[in-house]
Amino acid sequence: MNTTADTVEKKGYDVEEIRAQFPILKERVHGKPLVYFDNAATSQKPRRVIKAESTYYATINANVHRGVHTLSTKATEAQEAARETIRTHINAKHAHEVIFTSGTTASLNLAAFSLGQLLLKKGDEVLISGMEHHSNIVPWQLACERHGAVLKVIPVTDEGELEPRRRDDATEYFTERTKVLALTHVSNTLGTINPVKELIAEAKKRGGVTVVDGAQAIAHLDIDVQDLGCDLYAFSGHKAYGPTGTGVLYGREELLNEMPPWQGGGEMIDTVTFEKTTYAKLPFKFEAGTPHIAGIIGLGEAFRWMEDYDKQAMAAHEHLLLEHATKELLTIDGMRIIGTAKEKVGVISFVIEGVHHYDLGTLLDQQGIAVRTGHHCTQPLMERFGVSGTTRTSFACFNTVEEVNSMVAATRKAVKMLR
Amino acid sequence: MTLAQTQQELIDEFAMFTDWQDRYEHLIELGKDLPLIAPKHKTDDNLVRGCQSRVWLNAEQRASTSLSDGTIIHFTADSDAMITKGIVALLVRVYNDRTPQELLGASTEFIDRIGLREHLSPNRANGLSAMLDQMKRYALAYSAKP
Repeated sequence: MNTTADTVEKKGYDVEEIRAQFPILKERVHGKPLVYFDNAATSQKPRRVIKAESTYYATINANVHRGVHTLSTKATEAQEAARETIRTHINAKHAHEVIFTSGTTASLNLAAFSLGQLLLKKGDEVLISGMEHHSNIVPWQLACERHGAVLKVIPVTDEGELEPRRRDDATEYFTERTKVLALTHVSNTLGTINPVKELIAEAKKRGGVTVVDGAQAIAHLDIDVQDLGCDLYAFSGHKAYGPTGTGVLYGREELLNEMPPWQGGGEMIDTVTFEKTTYAKLPFKFEAGTPHIAGIIGLGEAFRWMEDYDKQAMAAHEHLLLEHATKELLTIDGMRIIGTAKEKVGVISFVIEGVHHYDLGTLLDQQGIAVRTGHHCTQPLMERFGVSGTTRTSFACFNTVEEVNSMVAATRKAVKMLR
Repeated sequence: MTLAQTQQELIDEFAMFTDWQDRYEHLIELGKDLPLIAPKHKTDDNLVRGCQSRVWLNAEQRASTSLSDGTIIHFTADSDAMITKGIVALLVRVYNDRTPQELLGASTEFIDRIGLREHLSPNRANGLSAMLDQMKRYALAYSAKP
């Protein structure tokens, strides 16, 4: 728990050494070794993360920022150390720009509510893309309804890329009324890595506020919020080897200071009278109530764990899995991969002619293989591709080529049973 | 055959299979014998709520040939997924042409005993509990009628 990225030399890439740190990978499902390919839904957790959370409960459990007693001080220090770890990891300027939430969904709801209050007026536009997760659609729809604004959508190409990139005309969808650009960094369904930096620059030229949904990027790409130039960046802890119920909204200090609070309660106030309440300074203004302290400490540990590894080597390993799986899956008769963008993370969504994804998911499960089936909370995107759902396999740093081969063989077996 | 006898028959049938593959292949085969819903009844109203595969279930009240005063419920169904269709077929085989009272007292324990326990969870999308609930809703509606 006390190891920091600075004190540990970066380790080379040894997938077996990594696997040994994930207790769950020894589990068997229906009597077969677990092959976990549902990392885009939630990643598994290394022992260090599990231990950090339980050590907090076993040794320093207390509420943060309140008590003068020793445990409260220790708990506060551990939580704030996690904030600093995350600040470093995403290269934010200040630790108080890192706001803890319960996950990407909460982060985006905070962003949409607060930005709506701050700057949306009747007739203004919020620009999103056709490959957003429902979590980056619905909060903006709600904000638009509240303020009379309009939701605009950047279309998606047949390859699963954003339209402006192909047309080489990123300006097309921005107007003088575009107040917010809210874009996913990586598509959870297609795996597409979007050119967020370019689009952020376009939005900035016109004075728009930029929000990035980084849920699928945080565990797989190097995130530098200053380099991206975004105003807000949202992600979950549980998709990045951390505990469920944790998340972050990064925000640029100046903007966060202007934004009104989302939820009221304890911890977020300065003074309260029945006439008028003044708010606490950042980040506490946006952290009403007792936070998920154990989870946040686990989240900090997850980021320290990731920092111990060479990010490039991890990404290269995942890319190898992506390429190998794509090639092998395409040998199956009737295979159609949804999402063939040039830039992708290790996510493959597919449909097989004459095979329902629900049947395939069930038969893969019987063979110990965990994949996601359905619409992946992206119904407009399913409609765009004319499918009711897909089977999605998504990789993490602990997956292996052998597991990919098992999945392909198991898919072949299932298809044979279903045809 | 009584409801309990039909359940036992299915348990015996599935007991012949020792591995998952045979069990699922048999389930898929059963789906092919499902009394299919007429196209005109394949409406949104007859969809069983679920988010992954679609299941249509239609119920009709019929006069019982064996019970002088009773009516029975006749089901027809379909699904776009084969395993789901097999699951509906299991339920229809057991609960079809029963009286509303028989249906309302029905349980799904036999599913566990034939090794398809994973389909029993009420949280499973398109699990059979949603289908059985729908069947029972029909039974309740028909038993309330004079």
